[in-house]
Amino acid sequence: MAGAETHKVVLRLGDDVSTDAIYPGRFMATVLPTETPQYCFADLDFNKKLKDGAIAPGGVVVADRNFGTGSSREQAASCLKGWDLIIVANNYSRIFLQNAVNLGLRLVIVPGIEAAEGDELEFKDGEVVNATTGTSYAAEPLPPARQAIVDAGGLIPYMRKRVVEERAR
Amino acid sequence: MGMTVAEKILARASGMAEVSPGMVVEPAVDIAMSHENSALIMNQFFEIFEGTGLEPTVWDPSRVAIIFDHRVPAETSKTATNQKKIREFVAKQGITKFHDVRGDEGGICHQIMAESGYVHPGMVVAGADSHTSSHGCMGAMAIGVGATDMAGVWALGRMVNVEVPPTIKVVADGEFKPGVGPKDLILYLIGMISAEGANFRVIEFHGRAIRHMSISGRFVLCNMSVEAGATCGIVPADEETFRYLREEACAPGPFTAVLPDPDAVYEKTLEIDVSRLDPQVARPHAVDNVVPVGEVAGTRIDQVVIGSCTNGRLDDLEIAASIVKGHKLPAHTRMLVFPASWRIWSEAQKRGYLSDLADAGAVIMNPGCGCCLGVHQGALGDGEVALATTNRNFKGRMGNPNASVYLASPLTTAVSALRGEITDPRKGA
Ligand code: SF4
Repeated sequence: MAGAETHKVVLRLGDDVSTDAIYPGRFMATVLPTETPQYCFADLDFNKKLKDGAIAPGGVVVADRNFGTGSSREQAASCLKGWDLIIVANNYSRIFLQNAVNLGLRLVIVPGIEAAEGDELEFKDGEVVNATTGTSYAAEPLPPARQAIVDAGGLIPYMRKRVVEERAR
Repeated sequence: MGMTVAEKILARASGMAEVSPGMVVEPAVDIAMSHENSALIMNQFFEIFEGTGLEPTVWDPSRVAIIFDHRVPAETSKTATNQKKIREFVAKQGITKFHDVRGDEGGICHQIMAESGYVHPGMVVAGADSHTSSHGCMGAMAIGVGATDMAGVWALGRMVNVEVPPTIKVVADGEFKPGVGPKDLILYLIGMISAEGANFRVIEFHGRAIRHMSISGRFVLCNMSVEAGATCGIVPADEETFRYLREEACAPGPFTAVLPDPDAVYEKTLEIDVSRLDPQVARPHAVDNVVPVGEVAGTRIDQVVIGSCTNGRLDDLEIAASIVKGHKLPAHTRMLVFPASWRIWSEAQKRGYLSDLADAGAVIMNPGCGCCLGVHQGALGDGEVALATTNRNFKGRMGNPNASVYLASPLTTAVSALRGEITDPRKGA
């Protein structure tokens, strides 16, 4: 994220938030990114807040370790993106991280982040500052293989370019 | 420098002499697997080709496997319509490894991949399902990905931007005590290293306990490696792998095992003496919340589930049937049985396992994912408790966030079913 932007923490979660929690399996027949957001965190009150319009776009979900553990379902990334949420966690489960990068969901790796619902976070290059508590945290760069996809604007544009190049040969 | 199994496979598939952890490679994919989520993959696949003027064709229709399992037979018109669109795609693309909703060749995708002989030692498998890690039981490198990554594989035949993962070596020596087996070992390991203990890593299994284990047991280990976050669990191929491929999967060989170099570099080595293990149980709502069965003995159970890609094979059904044969389930406990494939269902039927289970009061369901992921049949009621041989117990996993799921081996699960409460299988039914 270039430049400094400030966003509010709208949901605080702990360790091992599973993709079943983000997007329960019983809604998996729904696949379109235009339709998945309605089931985002379907089993939490947060879902109602989203649907009631109580959460402004750009809200931050803060979690501890291993965010997105479990199923590879991509709906978990697309439903979060649909509400324009930003994810901040200590680290992420591999498949979720890949899906998020592929779809262009904004996420930041921030080891040791401490933030409560309502806090304002300032996103700078390589750093996240909790403006409410005044503490600053170093953000880790994405794994090297992921940055190329972010730079291309997601996996689909990235692959489109690759396919055109390779099939032209 | 010496390489691990994963490194050797990734080097070969990427056309490189040597790779090491952290390097970014683009391995060629030997087989690409997906299930009903092919509906989403198709959308992404078509989008890749949009505006290019190129015909959207998969790179090699003989290397694409599509297997319906998550919601079979379709539970809603929405699923049925998705399945219909996928069938049309399969026909148009000429995809040959297609397993429809059929009683002769259907089943859970991971089981079908193994029993159809689609996965060989040394292959790179890409699967649009997290439990693709299962295929490492054949000595392959099998990587679970999301739908858009899979659309890329369909288009290019390669995985792009893969970081070579470091490998954790697990050496399991000793002999299991009676009543203890592969499921207890993997639950114990996950409890030991945590749900993220192998995130972005491969687990390579070695030791006497592994060499003596059948493919079915190795499947359990690799299947659940992903519950510790592993990219793949790998059991290097040996005689048992070749026997399985020849005799059970009827795959034409010859096959070559990919073995680690003697000086392969591991991130760490964990040694487990399996003879010290007790039966293990994962408590709600995390797979790494593991304790010896004694600590949860007496927990009342409303529903028991025997099946899934983890433990729905013939040996699992045999154990369950032998326990319940001639007995009746208590009134407060229902039992659902989901064989992992129709081939298994059919063999279990011939051997009388299914009628032994049904006579005890179990409901025999059709092969498929069933209630494992809470989308289709077998949902739990509010406040209910399930004991299952499946691989995940996250809140809501069996269709109800107000219910609890415990995980255990088929033996512990079957013995507990008869008592209606979690029971140490060594104390008997
Ligand atoms: S049985 Fe469960 S874990 Fe296995 S593929 Fe089906 S949903 Fe996934």
